[in-house]
Amino acid sequence: MSAGFLISAIILTPLIGAVLIALTGRWPNLREAVTLTTAASLFALVTQMIGPINDRQPLTLTLAEPLPGLSIAFDVEPLGLMFALLASLLWFVTSIYAIGYMRGNKEPRQTSFYAFFAIAISGAMGVAMSGNLLTLFIFYEVLTISTWPLVTHNRDAKAMAGGRTYLGVLLFTSIGLLLPALIWTWVSAGTLDFTPGGILAGNISTGGAAILLGMFVLGVGKAAVMPMHRWLPAAMVAPTPVSALLHAVAVVKAGVFTITKVVIYIFGVDFLATVPLEKYLVYLAGFTVIAASVIALKQVEIKRMLAYSTIGQLSYVVMAALVLAPFSEIGAAIHIVAHAFGKITLFFCAGAIYIASKKTRVDQLRGIGLRMPITMTAFTVGALSMIGVPPTAGFVSKWYIIAGAFQVESYFTLVVLMLSTGLNAAYFLPIVFRAFFTPETETPKINHGEAPWPMVAALATTALLVFALFAFNGPLVDLERRILEVGQ
Amino acid sequence: MTVTEMMPFGVLIPLIAAPICALLPGRFLPWLTAMLAAVLSALVMAQVLPAAVDEPLRYAFGNWPPPIGIEFRVDAVNGFIGLLVSLMATVILPWARISVNQEIPERQGLFYALFLLAFSGLMGITLTGDAFNLFVFLEISSLSTYALVAMGRPKTAPLSAFRYLIMGTLGATFYLIGVGMLYIMTGTLNMADLAERLPAVADTRAVQAGFAFIVVGIGVKLALFPLHRWLPGSYANAPSAITVFLSSTATKVAVYALLRLVFTVFGIGFAAAMPYAEIFFILGLAGILLPSLWAIQQDNLKRLLAYSSVAQIGYIILGISLLSVTGLTSGLVHLFNHAIIKAALFMCVCTVIYQTGSARISAFQGLGRQMPLTMLAFVLAGLGLIGVPLTAGFISKWVLIQAAIEQDLWLAVVVILIGSLMAVIYIGKVAEAAWIQPPVEGRAPVKEARAGLLIPMYVLVFATYYFGIDTRLTLDFATAGANVLIGATP
Repeated sequence: MSAGFLISAIILTPLIGAVLIALTGRWPNLREAVTLTTAASLFALVTQMIGPINDRQPLTLTLAEPLPGLSIAFDVEPLGLMFALLASLLWFVTSIYAIGYMRGNKEPRQTSFYAFFAIAISGAMGVAMSGNLLTLFIFYEVLTISTWPLVTHNRDAKAMAGGRTYLGVLLFTSIGLLLPALIWTWVSAGTLDFTPGGILAGNISTGGAAILLGMFVLGVGKAAVMPMHRWLPAAMVAPTPVSALLHAVAVVKAGVFTITKVVIYIFGVDFLATVPLEKYLVYLAGFTVIAASVIALKQVEIKRMLAYSTIGQLSYVVMAALVLAPFSEIGAAIHIVAHAFGKITLFFCAGAIYIASKKTRVDQLRGIGLRMPITMTAFTVGALSMIGVPPTAGFVSKWYIIAGAFQVESYFTLVVLMLSTGLNAAYFLPIVFRAFFTPETETPKINHGEAPWPMVAALATTALLVFALFAFNGPLVDLERRILEVGQ
Repeated sequence: MTVTEMMPFGVLIPLIAAPICALLPGRFLPWLTAMLAAVLSALVMAQVLPAAVDEPLRYAFGNWPPPIGIEFRVDAVNGFIGLLVSLMATVILPWARISVNQEIPERQGLFYALFLLAFSGLMGITLTGDAFNLFVFLEISSLSTYALVAMGRPKTAPLSAFRYLIMGTLGATFYLIGVGMLYIMTGTLNMADLAERLPAVADTRAVQAGFAFIVVGIGVKLALFPLHRWLPGSYANAPSAITVFLSSTATKVAVYALLRLVFTVFGIGFAAAMPYAEIFFILGLAGILLPSLWAIQQDNLKRLLAYSSVAQIGYIILGISLLSVTGLTSGLVHLFNHAIIKAALFMCVCTVIYQTGSARISAFQGLGRQMPLTMLAFVLAGLGLIGVPLTAGFISKWVLIQAAIEQDLWLAVVVILIGSLMAVIYIGKVAEAAWIQPPVEGRAPVKEARAGLLIPMYVLVFATYYFGIDTRLTLDFATAGANVLIGATP
């Protein structure tokens, strides 16, 4: 398969799937079959890229060149491959889960739900494979706009208000900060291509670079660095599969992925190390980690708590990328995957609890572990991964981030990580304790057991993935080591 | 026939077809005549433009050599604009036939005759190389446009036409006074000749006053903020077909006239010596922000788009105020791109008017399900107006921002981005009404428009995206045009 064909196929498969979903909307079983087939074929296609990337063959495609020197082009590298694999794999798992959730909850407008979901995945694939900042920006906006109908899926006043915040913050940051940053980069460097070692060194003063980096970090609103984080809790009005895949994986990871790409391939780690004010952005990310955890501590809605936990975990990645140590860059990359597996499990559990018992609050979970043992076990696994306890995935990424912090002696990062670990434990462990070790105070209105089997199967799968990443992280780490190679 | 001999027919074909049209009975024949005239004119311009890029084409009427006789003169700039105008007429006329049948059921011969006069007037302004002849064509197009606006169905249409008439006449008079002053000082009306003789007398008050009169006079015609007051009313009340046509051509041609006079006749040196750049820069910025704000507040969608047009002219003015090749390129390319995008948007809105009889935003509630294709076209074209990548609007804004950064005008960059965000709001307002809000209760269900209305609309939507991806035609000719304008006499 030629590189051009493969890349186009990966972008187009979800889009074709979306069209087919719209056409088969009248027959729900067929429609869900289309979704699953599309997701499976997408994952199969993405795995086709592993070989060439391992063999260091270029995987590029230039579609068009609207302005001289500025093209719509794709260039797959290890980081993008990892993101594409992650999103396509979890799309398949989420699709299984969504079938259980959407049917269990008798949701209206399921056809448009699955169709927009597929379009959003196509956007995520575009972000993952883009070869320059302009292409990335285009797919970034596709992702923003295609997820808006999913956030406002319920169409009631609350959903509309949430949708307005969502679109408002994401569009404002991307047009108001990211786009000018992009143009500034282009004017300074004369190109927007992702290049190992960066393109800005020598083309911009260090003061300018500091401002530019600030514009990137805040302009990528999807990374939810404070104060640009408000859209993420607002997005929790969406059905849980959306929160799980998009607002724990595809959308938010597109944000931190963008920041990591910008740090490594636009600025270049070596050049950023010479920028004096760069460490203030580390402080900002560190502040976000702590502040989001403190806010999460006070949440009673499970999904809102998970949203604030996500904000904190995203800033781990941002902070790790900005610490600029070789190990921490790898840690940032691994954490994109590690957090995705853990957080999607937690969201799956929250949705399963809601479908089975209609409970949405933390304080309602007394004794629920006995009624839903598989779900709450998976929840525990996800929570342990958030805290970073071995043998879960969260431990691996935290290990590398801490190692990186020691490499450059960034004690601020170490303190933030330790504090955050404590805070994570403080808001996750009481839930686990309450679910398993306190008896139900009253008999619930619904005498429920586990949620429908597709949901349980999905959350069990992602919980196993949390362990799998801990056990088999070698190939991934080896692959991601390559992002720091310069001059290939 | 050589290309040079063919060139004047871009103007003459519609001019000759107009009286024929007026005499034809019924509905179909006048339309067919107009359509043929537009197609032929577009074919002529398509031949002329490639030939005119390297060396200007010059045609002297009646074989009277300039400066005695009238000369048509086409280079990359006006060949580009002429092609745009004739192409827009060609795309709009098939759409217009259906909406005109509804709005002006009788005496369509006169309507199409006026349309052709307006069209040929605009083509004349574009192709002529004579400053006074430009005034004549300006009046031909303006007078016929006043009559066309007055044909609109709303009761306020004649009033709007009257306002337009007053403002338009003032503008034309200012222009004429300015040209008169130049004539007194130089003894010629031919543009190329003027350009040669003006530097000698550039320091005189008379020439400077003439410059001011001309700029203000044309400023009215192109709806330069704050001289735009005639535009929203005229666009809102004119027959739909005329709104679509005017929005995509009339102000664009006036911008061209300004560029031609300021850069070719007076020259960039003269313009730089006058406080022209500073004033246009400020007017451009204010002209982006305030009309965008007003657009957000509108309830009538034709008015909303009309204010948006004024704001888009702000972008063009900002581009040409920079007095650089990149700035002029952005102005020219936005002229082209905005013509396509705005015509598509007006077509969507007017199609809704055709189906529902109302242009108010309340009429759009829930239309996404009832007229999905029309509303999809609106959203797609709206993205172009906002300037989303892959659309033509992105290309113009990118070049404009680049031009601003070249001169370190960060304020302009900020204003352009704020303007884009405001466009998100007013386009989003309509999209939300159409796609999210439920239909008005008690209203009979609305049907999707017929193919005859949808096809031209989608041609324009397709062009919005085509010119956002393949910019060889637009950007290359705009760059060539900008070089011609900056480079002194053609």
